[in-house]
Amino acid sequence: MTYDSIIIGAGLSGLAAGIRLAYYGKRVCILERHTTIGGLNSFYRLRGRNHDVGLHAITNYSPPGGKRGPLNKILRQLRFSWEDFDLSPQFGSSVVFPGHTLRFNNEFAYFEAEIAAQFPSQIDGFRRLVAEIDSHNIGDLGQTWISARARMAEHISDPLLINMLLCPLMFYGSPSEHDMDFNQFVIMFRSIYQEGFARPYKGVRLILKNLVKKFKSLGGELKLRAGVQQLVTDGKHVSGVVLDDGQVLEAKNVLSSAGSAETLQLCGADVPVDDRFTPGEISFVETISVLDQQPAEFGHDETIVFYNDSEDFYYEQSKNPVDVRSGIICSPNNFQYDQPLEEGSIRITALANPGYWMNLPEDEYIEAKKYWYDQILESSLRFIPDFRPHVIDVDTFTPRTIKKFTGHINGCVYGAPRKILDGTTPFDNLFLCGTDQGFLGIIGSMLSGISIANLHLLNAK
Amino acid sequence: MAPEQIRSVILDILSRIAPDEDLSDLDDSVPFREQMELDSMDFLDIVMELRKLYRVQIPEEDYGELVTMDSTVTYLTPLLKDAESTV
Repeated sequence: MTYDSIIIGAGLSGLAAGIRLAYYGKRVCILERHTTIGGLNSFYRLRGRNHDVGLHAITNYSPPGGKRGPLNKILRQLRFSWEDFDLSPQFGSSVVFPGHTLRFNNEFAYFEAEIAAQFPSQIDGFRRLVAEIDSHNIGDLGQTWISARARMAEHISDPLLINMLLCPLMFYGSPSEHDMDFNQFVIMFRSIYQEGFARPYKGVRLILKNLVKKFKSLGGELKLRAGVQQLVTDGKHVSGVVLDDGQVLEAKNVLSSAGSAETLQLCGADVPVDDRFTPGEISFVETISVLDQQPAEFGHDETIVFYNDSEDFYYEQSKNPVDVRSGIICSPNNFQYDQPLEEGSIRITALANPGYWMNLPEDEYIEAKKYWYDQILESSLRFIPDFRPHVIDVDTFTPRTIKKFTGHINGCVYGAPRKILDGTTPFDNLFLCGTDQGFLGIIGSMLSGISIANLHLLNAK
Repeated sequence: MAPEQIRSVILDILSRIAPDEDLSDLDDSVPFREQMELDSMDFLDIVMELRKLYRVQIPEEDYGELVTMDSTVTYLTPLLKDAESTV
């Protein structure tokens, strides 16, 4: 038996692609090495509590009844209704640098007014930048890397404002250090500042479970604990995959969400060198603190705080195990739910050094997680009331955790610096979706799977 | 299928693509794109749904015929005259 398509990875992009293919009658099988679905945006249970792996907030918010933007696009393409994602919008978030706090919510005019009030000499330039963003076509799959910093500097002369604008966009999606590709910048700017944050009451598992339910109802096959150890190729064409247990599955084409370098590694040693397929180096440590009260009770009602303690912003692979100069404070409680979440929690994320975390012996690793948990919290207390007396449970994950459960080299959550926008590889029937294709975030990753399935696997045209 | 039935088929496809959309006040003479903000991805979906349901092939150069409900029904009437409605 030969599948029409095999999809590697049961994350958001693979599941979304699978739904498209199964909906149009293709025989499709999704293979996932891990014991559960989700990939970089998975979920887990620890000491009786549910946690999301990566989710702080879902970007690209659109209110019910909306028609435009990526969220509505994927709802249509996957035949979901708005209620299926159960999105509650954020309270409000901020970017905090020394001497300046820029607040934003899901109304872009509010953010614009903040910039006008705090950077009056820059507001005209900011509006010109926004006009450029509005007219940019992110769907042009042939475009090459352009420096976002250079584009911003054409309109904005204050480097502090440039850094403050970039900070959330880089933290939530930049695979490259110091600068972003302008196309990625536009995607992120729209998804965070112009559309905004929301979260399902039950977290990312609600969306994942709805995706799986739909995929299976359309006849799709999902195999967990089914890692792909090798792609069967003749150097030009892929005929199937070899699973970790030696089983061979055949397919007319393969769509991989494993990452670009990771996918080529599966093709064996004789793959031509291609510098587009270079893995990224940016990864993070994240602390999760479960609290005995809601954050609002100790005076913290912001959804996400992006902080940085100097005017310069160093978005780079950390030289120390963790870079505590900057970070992200997320409170999953601070969204406009109908009822409060059962427990309070605070998640803090900071740039990390993947090599340090990968190479630690197991006993030192546990100790290092504890040590850096304390350092991260101490650093964050400059931007949030001291919540440490309320902490009743803790979990910390590192680049090592991400590598272990997702297979992404260096534990890179945002993948490779060079995106493969058209999803093609050196093999004529092997395609890429997910992080290394180039749409970002929860909604973006689904859009990635949909776009590549439409473009290459559905013979739509 | 008669033109009336073809209209129902298109409405059914649209309601699958955009389940939250109220299609009861759809104006048959105004472009879908304007009324529902459909984009090229959505038009491809209409084409693919028709192919899935009725094995009708719509060449890319004819996509322009699917602008409004009126033009779509007119275009599809000869192509679907022998097809049985699934709605």
